[in-house]
Amino acid sequence: MDITVNILLTIATAATPLLIAAIGELVVERSGVLNLGVEGMMIMGAVGGFGAGYLTGSPWIGLLAAIIVGALFSLLFAVMTLSLATNQVATGLSLTLLGLGLSGMIGTSFVGQPGVRLPNLDIPVISSIPVVGKLIFGQDPVFYISIALTAAVMWFLFKTRTGLTLRSIGDSHTSAHALGIKVIRYRYLAVMFGGACAGLAGGHLSLVYTPQWVENMSAGRGWIALALVVFASWRPWRVLAGAYIFGAVWIGQLHAQAFGIPVPSQFLSSLPYLATVVVLVLISRNKRLTMMNTPASLGQPFVPDR
Amino acid sequence: MSANHDGANLLEVRGLTKIFGTLTACDHIDLNIAKGEIHALLGENGAGKSTLVKMLFGSLEPNSGEIFWDGKPVKITSPGMAKKLGIGMVFQHFSLFEALTAAENIALSLNDGSPIGSIAAKARALSYSYGLPLDPDSLVGDLSVGERQRIEIIRCLLQTPQLIILDEPTSVLTPQEADKLFETLERLRAEGKSILYISHRLEEVKRICDRATVLRHGKVVGHCNPRQETAASLARMMVGSEVKAVVRAPAEGIETAPALLEIRNLSRKPATPFAIPLKNINLSVRAGEVIGIAGVAGNGQGEFFESVSGEVLQQDAGSVRIRGKDAGGLPITRRRLMGAAFVPEERLGHGAAPRMKLSENLLLSRHATDGKAFVGSGGMVKNGAVYSAAQRIITAMDVRKSAPDPEAAALSGGNLQKFIVGRELDRKPSVMIVNQPTWGVDAGAAAHIRQALIELARSGSAVLVISQDLDELFELSDAIAVMHNGELSVPLPIAEATFEKIGLLMGGAEPGHAEHGMEVA
Amino acid sequence: MRIELVKRPQRSALFSMLSPFIAFALTIIAGAIMFALLGVNPLNAFEIYFVEPISQVWQLHELAIKAAPLILIAVGLSVCYRANIWNIGAEGQFIFGAIFGSIIPVLFPQFEGPLVIPLMLLLGMVGGAFYASIPALLKTRFSTNEILTSLMLVYVAQLFLDWLVRGPWRDPQGHGFPQTIQFGDSAVLPELMPDAGRANWGFVFALVAAVLVWLMMSRMLKGFEVRVLGSSPRAGRFAGFGFNRMVFFTFLLSGALAGLAGISEVSGAIGQLQPVISPGYGFTAIIVAFLGRLNPLGIVAAGLVLALTYLGGEAVQSALGISDKVARVFQGMLLFFVLGCDTLIHYRIRLIGMALTKPNGATKLEAAPKLEEAR
Repeated sequence: MDITVNILLTIATAATPLLIAAIGELVVERSGVLNLGVEGMMIMGAVGGFGAGYLTGSPWIGLLAAIIVGALFSLLFAVMTLSLATNQVATGLSLTLLGLGLSGMIGTSFVGQPGVRLPNLDIPVISSIPVVGKLIFGQDPVFYISIALTAAVMWFLFKTRTGLTLRSIGDSHTSAHALGIKVIRYRYLAVMFGGACAGLAGGHLSLVYTPQWVENMSAGRGWIALALVVFASWRPWRVLAGAYIFGAVWIGQLHAQAFGIPVPSQFLSSLPYLATVVVLVLISRNKRLTMMNTPASLGQPFVPDR
Repeated sequence: MSANHDGANLLEVRGLTKIFGTLTACDHIDLNIAKGEIHALLGENGAGKSTLVKMLFGSLEPNSGEIFWDGKPVKITSPGMAKKLGIGMVFQHFSLFEALTAAENIALSLNDGSPIGSIAAKARALSYSYGLPLDPDSLVGDLSVGERQRIEIIRCLLQTPQLIILDEPTSVLTPQEADKLFETLERLRAEGKSILYISHRLEEVKRICDRATVLRHGKVVGHCNPRQETAASLARMMVGSEVKAVVRAPAEGIETAPALLEIRNLSRKPATPFAIPLKNINLSVRAGEVIGIAGVAGNGQGEFFESVSGEVLQQDAGSVRIRGKDAGGLPITRRRLMGAAFVPEERLGHGAAPRMKLSENLLLSRHATDGKAFVGSGGMVKNGAVYSAAQRIITAMDVRKSAPDPEAAALSGGNLQKFIVGRELDRKPSVMIVNQPTWGVDAGAAAHIRQALIELARSGSAVLVISQDLDELFELSDAIAVMHNGELSVPLPIAEATFEKIGLLMGGAEPGHAEHGMEVA
Repeated sequence: MRIELVKRPQRSALFSMLSPFIAFALTIIAGAIMFALLGVNPLNAFEIYFVEPISQVWQLHELAIKAAPLILIAVGLSVCYRANIWNIGAEGQFIFGAIFGSIIPVLFPQFEGPLVIPLMLLLGMVGGAFYASIPALLKTRFSTNEILTSLMLVYVAQLFLDWLVRGPWRDPQGHGFPQTIQFGDSAVLPELMPDAGRANWGFVFALVAAVLVWLMMSRMLKGFEVRVLGSSPRAGRFAGFGFNRMVFFTFLLSGALAGLAGISEVSGAIGQLQPVISPGYGFTAIIVAFLGRLNPLGIVAAGLVLALTYLGGEAVQSALGISDKVARVFQGMLLFFVLGCDTLIHYRIRLIGMALTKPNGATKLEAAPKLEEAR
């Protein structure tokens, strides 16, 4: 019983950063912007979060720093693609490359240092209820943030006027502009929200998941988050489901390695990446679904004429 | 029921100027619109009409000039501000969101926080009261162009504007739908609202407008009362000179001429969620004749063009036959090699690559048909030969340009269209299929293109013209068929065709019941 | 303050040429700030970073060794990106080229002679092209996004190589080190001028590839096809150019070149397979491609510059004790500035200050009260 609970707990821990980063990117893409820099923003969040936590001794300050670093780093992308109308694919790639390099440089002195860990929520009495207690009331704080974030984004996108406006920009920025909607301003905010989410996801990696700094510790999670958004065809609740499926794959292959299953560990380690490819193929085979849901102006540069 | 001209001006524009780089799109424009009048803004494509209204609606910033609203100076810095003042706009290229519902579209332009449900109810009520019925819950992507325009109009009316700007509203309507719109406009005028009506269709301006301001090359060339003018005198003001009338020599011996293009039972499933399926289309175009296909935009013309051109292949090889041979399974290059030539609707991005030079754009459609002349051994392009051929076309079609071999995007719409049509005519194709030959083209260039198409047909080619512009089709065609919802009517010989008959077919009347429909109208 | 872009009527030939240089200058400025923040005298650092690594002939050879894979890969990628097809998995294709090419020296070490090297190179190209064909197939068959699939396959390739050199291909006499046997003499790519330095034929391959691809892109119908489909796909379809064919063409070409780079690196510079055979060449080549403005000849120059950032990174690490990750930072910044400067080719940039918009605001206020009256 305990083992099952523990596995479920670790799945949640593995799914949380994927969920947060993907939910952030979902909002960005709903506004019509494709930011391929998730991996870079995530790793910057991880190094920023670890660094701030390590220097101040407070994991909470670390988490806050991760969010701020992610948002600031995404601002770079926003200025380039929104104000200078650069190619979003190339700029997103370069954000990832820069993030990986910069985090490596900043993190040199953190390698091997003991980090701080965000403690799990541990409400007395309730969290000692068997199974449910730990699963629902005994997780790390970021887990709760991720669930609340998903619900909030769902509500925002589909129940508020601002959310409707954001979706309209993603559908047609020229129409939105003609109606007087501040396309660029909305997109700046969306991109920075996505950056903050990716930063938070990175902070979760270096403050909860493995509370230490390891170079390239995001290990492709940012890219998987991007794939999750496509997989979810831009629906928040499907991102949630997808993140947990991937969390399960991630944890499953780790446990399989630990149990000494007679398959080379490298093959098990490559499962999350292969699963991503398979999932993308499965979802893109349904062309109608993809076409109906893809924000129509996704990735298109927009230059308002004045 | 003439308008009240004594009333104070609702809007006054003094010396409004807009400069894009080296082009002065609007040059010291003066314009007065009185309360309760329908004011026409006339001008050719490229005369500066759209630029002017964009400044009035706050989406473009003027370089200089003043705007007075109700006698007070204002700076309209955003569409939001225009709306607050009481200016509403119905765009030519709709500013709608296909993936959202009609109600959501309307909600987006109303700046109050009222729930979608109540907006939908209001929109429904208003739409019925003006005789423009609308289902607020339908997805815009699923709607016809006419229905989309209704959303735009209802959206505009819900903001209770004092001034309504309509940009080429009838270009997407059947003649009958246009009549309906005119009734609505007259009712709005009776309610005391002002309307700025932008058009290049002179007959309708004469019919509903109280005053007109005419623009040419970014300048106001005159104000007039259109009812006292003739279509010809208005055209002279717009164009600045006499436009040569298109001459259509009588077609002789067409009945016995061989059919060079045959469409047999052509059907196509929709490729995208919002595409129109083609249903069992039959048509043949004989050597020497011009057949026109009329229809409201979005009734399958684009899908039809793609199928005939071979950009999309057919299952049934016999569904498209070129010069007596099956071509349905052949790609566009093979169809070109059989003697066919194509001009698509969209110039930039379909007929031409915007960021490529004209000479490269020549190669675009002729790399195979003129393979020997343009491409040497080992796939090397003979740039010299391509360049001189491009210059030959530029001269033949009188293409005006600023550099010897400019990028396609640097040309005006009319000049680029002349080049694209000229590129195909230069090959002397035996089958020519043109979609919207003069859309957005100035009158001089349009006349040139139309004349060239007629001459091509009379020299023994089969010409098929798809157009939304009925005037154009009546000028060009020997017979007109109508496309509606993916179906094509039997072509009516031009001698029997009238605007009313064609209009009813465009609105979806059963081909066999056209006569009955006329009686009702 | 906000930035406003004003479209130029024609692309600016001047900025087309200048943009990489402006970008480089901006990178230097940003780099100087970075060095200063790290507490190093920027001038001193730049000398160690950019000048010292190429002050002797043997060092130029090292530069050529680093530049060769970058140029080879970037030349292939430039064709992809021109066609608007986003192969970002060159690192994986590089690895698969290395693995395929190593089949002969690892599994058939007894096979020797002048045929070995050509066969290895050919196998390397086949390996890279094979690995690149996977995202191409998925894109054409299922319209699966090639960015994500090609990237995911990089991780898979890295793990696959790791398994090979720790498992079936490990040198039995290698004292347990994760590596294959040393390649035999006839499986080693010859050096160009053994007396002067280590540079091998890989650099020549890179130059030849650059010239051939340049010829194709600028003079041949195939290059025209790539450019049309990349810049306006619908016009490309109208021209009769097949999109799916283009996806395969660009992926196979870039994969083959990345594979060639992989086997050249392994058989030339390393001499055996190891768990890690690339310091991220496949990703750095993306930067090279853009810095070279997607022009194969420009890419040769850009490849040399980026190769220098690698050497400089190593130099500052040993001389100043700064992390060699500084190279990655330089590369990332360079790409950012290149992309930003490319905006200047199509747009004029206007900075609108707050001061300019104030007068409008004032008139707005004047108009407002009248509005209330109107209601």
